[in-house]
Order: sequence, then structure tokens, then C-alpha cells
Amino acid sequence: MADARALVESVFRQESGRIIATLIRLSGSFDLAEEAMQEAFTSAVSSWPTQGVPDNPGAWITTVARRKLIDSVRRENTRRDKQDAISYETESSQDPQFDLVEDASMMYSDDRLRLMFTCCHPALNLEAQVALTLRTLGGLTTTEIARAFLLPEPTLAQRLVRAKSKIRTARIPYEIPPIHMLPERLTSVQAVIYLVFNEGYSATAGDSLIRKELCMEAIRLGRTLCELLPKEPENIGLLALMLLQDSRCEARINQKGELVPLEDQDRSLWNREYIREGQELVERALRMQRVGMYQLQAAIAAVHGHAKVAADTDWHEIAALYRELARISPTPVVALNHAVAVAMSAGLEKGLGLINQLGASGELEKYYLFHAARADLLRRLNRRQEAMDAYEKAIALVTNRVEDQYLRRRLSQLKES
Amino acid sequence: MRYMLLIYSEANSRVQTDEEKQKTMEGHWAVMDETKKLGIFRGAEPLEPTSTATTIRMQEGKAVTVDGPFAETKEQLAGYYILDCKDLDEAIGWASKIPVNCWSGRGCIEVRPIRALPARSEQPANGQYATSVR
Repeated sequence: MADARALVESVFRQESGRIIATLIRLSGSFDLAEEAMQEAFTSAVSSWPTQGVPDNPGAWITTVARRKLIDSVRRENTRRDKQDAISYETESSQDPQFDLVEDASMMYSDDRLRLMFTCCHPALNLEAQVALTLRTLGGLTTTEIARAFLLPEPTLAQRLVRAKSKIRTARIPYEIPPIHMLPERLTSVQAVIYLVFNEGYSATAGDSLIRKELCMEAIRLGRTLCELLPKEPENIGLLALMLLQDSRCEARINQKGELVPLEDQDRSLWNREYIREGQELVERALRMQRVGMYQLQAAIAAVHGHAKVAADTDWHEIAALYRELARISPTPVVALNHAVAVAMSAGLEKGLGLINQLGASGELEKYYLFHAARADLLRRLNRRQEAMDAYEKAIALVTNRVEDQYLRRRLSQLKES
Repeated sequence: MRYMLLIYSEANSRVQTDEEKQKTMEGHWAVMDETKKLGIFRGAEPLEPTSTATTIRMQEGKAVTVDGPFAETKEQLAGYYILDCKDLDEAIGWASKIPVNCWSGRGCIEVRPIRALPARSEQPANGQYATSVR
């Protein structure tokens, strides 16, 4: 029965993160939890077509997996008792409360939040955090993650093994961090989600379906984070930012696979539903009056979303938002974006002056977008030769194929003019 | 689980003022007192600077003694704590309270879980133990 199989797949998509999070808490082991969940889904594939689909498929899977978990923990304990070894896994799984349904003292009932904080623990390196988050919370296979990041599968598998081993050996907790650690840890979770999104959004090489999947997954994780910690305005800001950026995903690459800059995009291709939701979220976050970098970037994206045509863009507002962003996140890249917004609102010369000032520090010399932004302003100012020189520098530094082609198109247009 | 908190300090040419020394010591006493009170303190000792260190290395079955450590890093091991914590976050919490400027420079703390050895089922025969540690 194809329907049952499709249903199993959709249950997996929707619920595997939640299920595995619970199983990890119960077993204290990522590996045992993964194994038990896989077995439970396999049972579902064979039993649902004949015995009918249960009313609550997610709960069915959890129950079956839990039973398998208890069996394997018992087997494991017998084996380990003989060896007289001490380990985190056996200690926590031998806990007499192991089989209790829920510990009443738990602050947050959803285990996914615990899992997020564990996967994104700063004691793990960023690559490991990303891989582990996608594998456990996202339910992506090792093959899928490896393909999305253009890595050999053994490399990715090794990364996961090492991360899980550090969690076990150094005893990275499976808990919501204490309040004084929460801001740092939350930043780490947000960074991982946004990195997953950007990996899907900006990189254009590789399997495009998988790339899209990464964006969707990041948005899904962002929604989960908002749902679990709804009073954190940056969580809302992050979700809004991803929705607003993703709303332009169909318009930013044309049918020839070429990059289309914001001002030339066919705005009828923008996802209005995403824009509307993103704008609402930005407003809700900003009303909480604890501004942060995701909220501000989302607010900037929302201004673009408001403009029916490129000429309607409120660049004054965008420049003001970048100024605010530069205040909390004073990076050269933010300053560069601010300069571009100034150029578009207060005059090209003025913006170019700011960009040149930034260039004087030398910090942006190796950053292709610095040269690309300069080139763009020089082009608009009809300073042809200087623009061409700047495009050459940008082309020498750019690594992304689609962006490289875009810059080369601009350069050849200038040469022909 | 026991964690060893290794203090790495940068030796600074500047000599610490008495006031600075006092502040560093008070920082250590605070951590030691608190962890003792909680019953999780398992030990802590400062080390003399690496200029006093001697390295013994086995070469072709013989112990060769040389001056100093080989690591050419700016930060040197300056001392340690052993604390019995429930998880890494608790150890990180204590690590963030331990002063690392022992030698008036900057520093950091490395947190390492102590590996639990399996219980030894039988005592080794006389002499066997000494051979195995040499």
C-alpha cells in the first residue's frame, strides 16, 4: 500500500525531530535513540498497511521505539555489567526513573529544545553543530547532508561520530542551559539555523533540490525555536529574516541560471505569503523592544518587500536601519551595506565617499562584495574605466560561480558601451 | 564526573603588584571555598613556571633528562583544579570563575573530563606494577 508508505514518510518529516529528542533523553545516547527510531519506522512500514494506520502515528512510533530502546538498553547493561565499565550512557539509562513518562520538574516539556542546545553547544565546533542539528532535529540522512555541503560522505559521517563521542565523553548536558548561559547558547542555536539557511540560499553549486531543502529545514527549525521560546525577539527576527529572504528565491535566479540583482527582479515572482508573514513577525519582534541583529536585518528585508517596484524602495529607511545595525554589530560588511544605502538615498557620490573611506582601512581589500559594490556605484556614476577596474578585482576574488558570471556580464556590458 | 581544569597562563615580563596578586589569590580562594562547601572539590595546585621544569623522555629504552618542556607556546600550564561536576556546563561555569592571570599575563582554561578507569579486578604480582609504570 503506497499510501501507508507515503504516510510513514510524512510522519518522519514532521515528527522525527520530536521523537528522537525524547528518545535521546530517555536513553542518554544519540546512537541508541537513532537505532530505536529507525527500527520503529521500519515496523511502521510493515505493520500499517496490514493493521491499519494508528490514530496518532507519531505517538505510535514513539511507543514502539521506546520499547525497542528499553530492550537494547537492557541488553547493553548486561553486556557492560560483565565488563564493569562506567559510562555516561549506562549511568543515565540505569536511572530508575528511566521508564517514567515525564519528569514533572522539567521546565520545558518539549525535548526538541534540549536537543537544539546540545547539538549547538559551543564545545562542539560549528561544522559539527550544523551536521548534528540537521541529522537529529532535521532528520536528514548523512548522504543528504554530505551532498548539501558538497562533502564526501565519510567526512560527514566522521564528523557526526566525533561530535556524538564528545557529547558522551565530555558529558555535554542534555538540558536547557542555566539562565546566565542562555543568551550565549541561544546565539549559538540561532547562528546554526541561519548558517543552514544561508548554505541553502547563497550557494548555488551542487544539487539545487537539496539546497532548497536546507532553506526549508532552516525555516522549520526557526519556527520550532519561536514556538519553544516565543518571548525571545531575536528568534522571531531570525524566522522573519529567513522568510523574507526566501520570498525572493524564485526571482533571484533566472531561467538561464543567472543571478538577478534585487532591482532587476521580477517582483511578481516574490512569495507574497512569506513577505506578509515576515513583515508581521518583524513588527511583533520590534514591539518587544529588545532589538538585535536578526530583527534589524529582517526589518531591512521587509522594507524591500514593501516596494512594489525597485524605484519605490525607501532607501532612507534602509540606511537608518543599517546605521542601527552598525551600532550593535560594527563589522566592515555592515558598514559597506550602509554605504550602499546612503548612495541610493543621499547620492551616489556620498555613498562612494563612504565606501572609499572603508577601503582605506584595507580590511575589505580581499572581500569581493566590497569591490563589487564600488564597481556598481562607479558604473552608475558613468566612471567607466574605474568601474571596470573594480569589477576585475571583484572577479578575481569571487568564488561562487553564479555571482562570478554576473560580475563578468556587468564587465562585458561596460566594455561594449 | 571529574573534570580537570587546566590553567594556562601567559608569562608576562611585568611583575604583578601586591594588590593584583592579592586579587588573584582571592579569586582562587573563592572558587576553592565554594566548591569545598558543595563537596565537589577534589584538588587544586599551582605550578612553578616552566623555567623550573624538567622533561624526561624515553629514548631507545633509556630515560633521557633535559631542561624545560618542549612546547613552544606562549601560554604555559600554571596549575590545575579537579572538580566533580554533573556535566560540562557546570565545569564551564567554574572555569569562568577561576583567575587565569597567575603570571600577570592573559590566559585560558582547558576543561578535560577525567577518564574513569575500570576497577582493577586483581592486584598485580609484586614488581609487575613498577615495571608497567616505568
